[in-house]
Amino acid sequence: MRYAMAIDTLKCVGCSDCVVACQTENNVPIGYCRDWIVEAVDGTYPQLEIELRSERCNHCDNSPCVRACPTGASHYKEGGIVAVYHNECIGCGACIQSCPYDARYSHPEGYVDKCTFCYHRVEKGQKPACVSVCPTNCMYFGDLDDENSDVSRMLKTRKYKVLAPEAGTKPMVYYLI
Amino acid sequence: MATNRRDFIKISALGAGALAITKPVFGWLPDFMKNKEPMDDSKAKRFPTYCEICFWKCAGWAYTNEQGELWKIEGNEDDLHSNGRFCPRGTGGVGMYYDDDRLKTPLIRETVDGVQRYRKASWDEALSFIAKRMQEISDKWGPESIALFSHGSGGTYFGHLLKAFGSASITAPSYAQCRGPREVAFNVTFGSQLGSPEPLDIRDTQCLVLIGSHLGENMHNGQVQEMSQAIDKGATIITVDPRFSTAASKSKYWLPIKPATDIALLLAWIHVIIYEELYDKEYVEQNTIGFEQLKAHVKNNTPEWAYGITTIKPDLIRKSAYEMAKASPSVIVHPGRHVTWYGDDTQRMRGVAILNALLGAWGRRGGFYIPEKFKLPKFPGPKYPKPKKTKSDAHQGKYNLADTFLSNGICEASTINIERDFTYKAWFINGTNLIETLPDKKLTEAALNQLELVVVIDTMPMAITGYADVVLPECTYLERYDEIRVSPHRIPQMALRMPAAEPRWDCKPAEWMARQLAHKVGLSEYFNYESHEELLDWQLRQVGSSLEEMKVVGVKSFDREFDDLYFREGEVPQFNTNSGKIELYSTELEREGFDPMPVYTKHPEPPAGFYRLIYGRAPMHTFSRTANNPNLTDLMDENKIWINPKVAKQWGLKNEQPIWLENQDGVVSSFPIKVRVTERIRWDSVYMVHGFGHSNKQLTRAYGRGASDTQMITNVMVDPIMGGTGMRGNFVTFHVEKPSSKEEVAL
Repeated sequence: MRYAMAIDTLKCVGCSDCVVACQTENNVPIGYCRDWIVEAVDGTYPQLEIELRSERCNHCDNSPCVRACPTGASHYKEGGIVAVYHNECIGCGACIQSCPYDARYSHPEGYVDKCTFCYHRVEKGQKPACVSVCPTNCMYFGDLDDENSDVSRMLKTRKYKVLAPEAGTKPMVYYLI
Repeated sequence: MATNRRDFIKISALGAGALAITKPVFGWLPDFMKNKEPMDDSKAKRFPTYCEICFWKCAGWAYTNEQGELWKIEGNEDDLHSNGRFCPRGTGGVGMYYDDDRLKTPLIRETVDGVQRYRKASWDEALSFIAKRMQEISDKWGPESIALFSHGSGGTYFGHLLKAFGSASITAPSYAQCRGPREVAFNVTFGSQLGSPEPLDIRDTQCLVLIGSHLGENMHNGQVQEMSQAIDKGATIITVDPRFSTAASKSKYWLPIKPATDIALLLAWIHVIIYEELYDKEYVEQNTIGFEQLKAHVKNNTPEWAYGITTIKPDLIRKSAYEMAKASPSVIVHPGRHVTWYGDDTQRMRGVAILNALLGAWGRRGGFYIPEKFKLPKFPGPKYPKPKKTKSDAHQGKYNLADTFLSNGICEASTINIERDFTYKAWFINGTNLIETLPDKKLTEAALNQLELVVVIDTMPMAITGYADVVLPECTYLERYDEIRVSPHRIPQMALRMPAAEPRWDCKPAEWMARQLAHKVGLSEYFNYESHEELLDWQLRQVGSSLEEMKVVGVKSFDREFDDLYFREGEVPQFNTNSGKIELYSTELEREGFDPMPVYTKHPEPPAGFYRLIYGRAPMHTFSRTANNPNLTDLMDENKIWINPKVAKQWGLKNEQPIWLENQDGVVSSFPIKVRVTERIRWDSVYMVHGFGHSNKQLTRAYGRGASDTQMITNVMVDPIMGGTGMRGNFVTFHVEKPSSKEEVAL
């Protein structure tokens, strides 16, 4: 079992629905977020390109944040999901500094918080909130070990990239390009 | 150094900047939202609703937690408007409920020691006050001198009340300030209006042409979803826009048109389609009239002719036309939605309609389908009295092709004018911030000043509430029943909205307010039921359902009863036009004394140092009504002015720099707006998202955030055909410091 996500940048319109759905689903306080939108513009008028993508924790196979955590609060869950035991987290922020994707934030209650791939939904067979809300249906989630999963299918048929491959983190969020 | 580095990355990534997320506002959150662990949805309850954050009315489920507190909103999978996926505004709808800036109690204007202020009133007092004034105005001026402006579900009930009272003057700014021109254009061409949602078969189209639509930034949910499906299926998208819109970035061809020249492009496309014989010959021959006249009419409108006007290269005009023809009839030249731009908008939309007709798209798969709407019987009650005044009185005989009262028409007819024998004396305003919605604020204010009664029914202290005699706090859609949604779609459907939470403070549903008012003005027989549930249940039982059933399913679908979704093979369809055919040459426009076929006319251009003001939408906001929603302001809390880098360099402007705008009439923006230097906008134009720059301090998150485009729109070009208010003829210049007086700001 290896959970992963593929996001189709050709369909994403950058509407931020994934952001607000995550906030309401996971009670993320207003002013913070576990996922966000990046709009990258390239070129000069009128020869232009835009890449829109929804970013979040990459649930890396080789997670620097888990290694950096001094208390063991940051850990791997079933399927490779990287998570934080809030009650074991001392809020030191070492994980925040070590993450090349800037995917973690300090929760005002004193612990570090981040995307969980909506583990509480996934274990019930639902999709993460961001995936199930996306109006353009541009996000795919599933088990990479299952070759028939949505995400495996997309990675088999489409060109893709990962963010900051040079960091050697083996990220599990793929961008279809 | 702060442990949260996201601010740093977001700000440093110029041109690749993500959302600002630097504003922890925690106070409004209910305690359960501070929980460390996610909610257990097995303990949650869900209630059917349809969204009120915009007019798309997606049906979904509002969830509450164990304590009965509102938690989240998700789409209903059976719903054709949303397919189970809400847009960011609908998902963020909880913020509308939790917004502590909401109107909380009825308010009555009073004057103490010469100073006007509002005082809190009980419902009985506020409604009695209104009822008494309604009677007085009716006795003196007639019941028809009371008008309703509505852009929300509550308007249905106030509309019912006014009709029962003897006035037909019910209007929505969504017509003359928005989609009216295209409704008239499609009506005179195909004998059918488009309505909402538009019957566009985007999911099956092979070519989607966007001219005046920034789908994806306007989150017309079903259409955005279908555009995405079309991309999956390999459809071609062609976008015409002076701005590199999100949709343009998904397009095979982007035509970066010079603003105000769209009719020239449309005529050139029509020229290519006709003269290179790319039109659907059989369809045109069987179903249209006026082809030869049209052919002669566009004879000289070559791509080379259009190039000098639109700045679009002839080759690109041809190639994009070929692409449409290749896909014909599975092609949609999108009719857009907000189309009141330059005052010749009905004619521009005629160009769009004609193009669709030549390509055989109307009534065809992948083009325009034939929608069907579910019919729900009305609750029994007496007939409405015949109103003494009609729209023709309000519009003084103008705009005969508009099939509704015009907001600006009523506004104008509310100012005292000796040449007019009829003047409106009272306004009910429900769910529309008229001060921001209607162009020409001075005229709106003049009308408001002369009225004898202004009642505002709203959830938020929008600017318009400040002009009211009585303010009635409406509860949000999450706290009330409303009428059953029966909008037209591929199959007939109905959807229920029911309360998911008790109304906060002393807020009430509009239905309740209208019913109480009816009792007070002696019209109880029109509201002959005890509760809203009783009315809805009666209606539902007439069609074999019940309130009980709808509470469980939320959405119910039915089989189509009338036509097929598309014209059948060999069918000779009848069109509801004068000729019974699609009118390429409009006999109706000719009869009314207008050009029967669209003609390009040149519009004024910005003077030196000024730039054309273009405005639009952002996916996370609906006009000005969401500008204070805590969840949605968290995604975007102000608008920015998009300026081309060449222009920014000339002016020495930098990203994020606050500047003031001044328009061609010397109007300076009340608030500064931050600069976004971007290649995505032409050098002769600037762009901003509509709905910001609120001047009401009670909107604590929206006050003074960004600038108001409406404030800059003082030049209004009225469409002589249907009275639409063209708003794209305004030009702005920049000030890096707030101008203190007119003399000092001279360039």
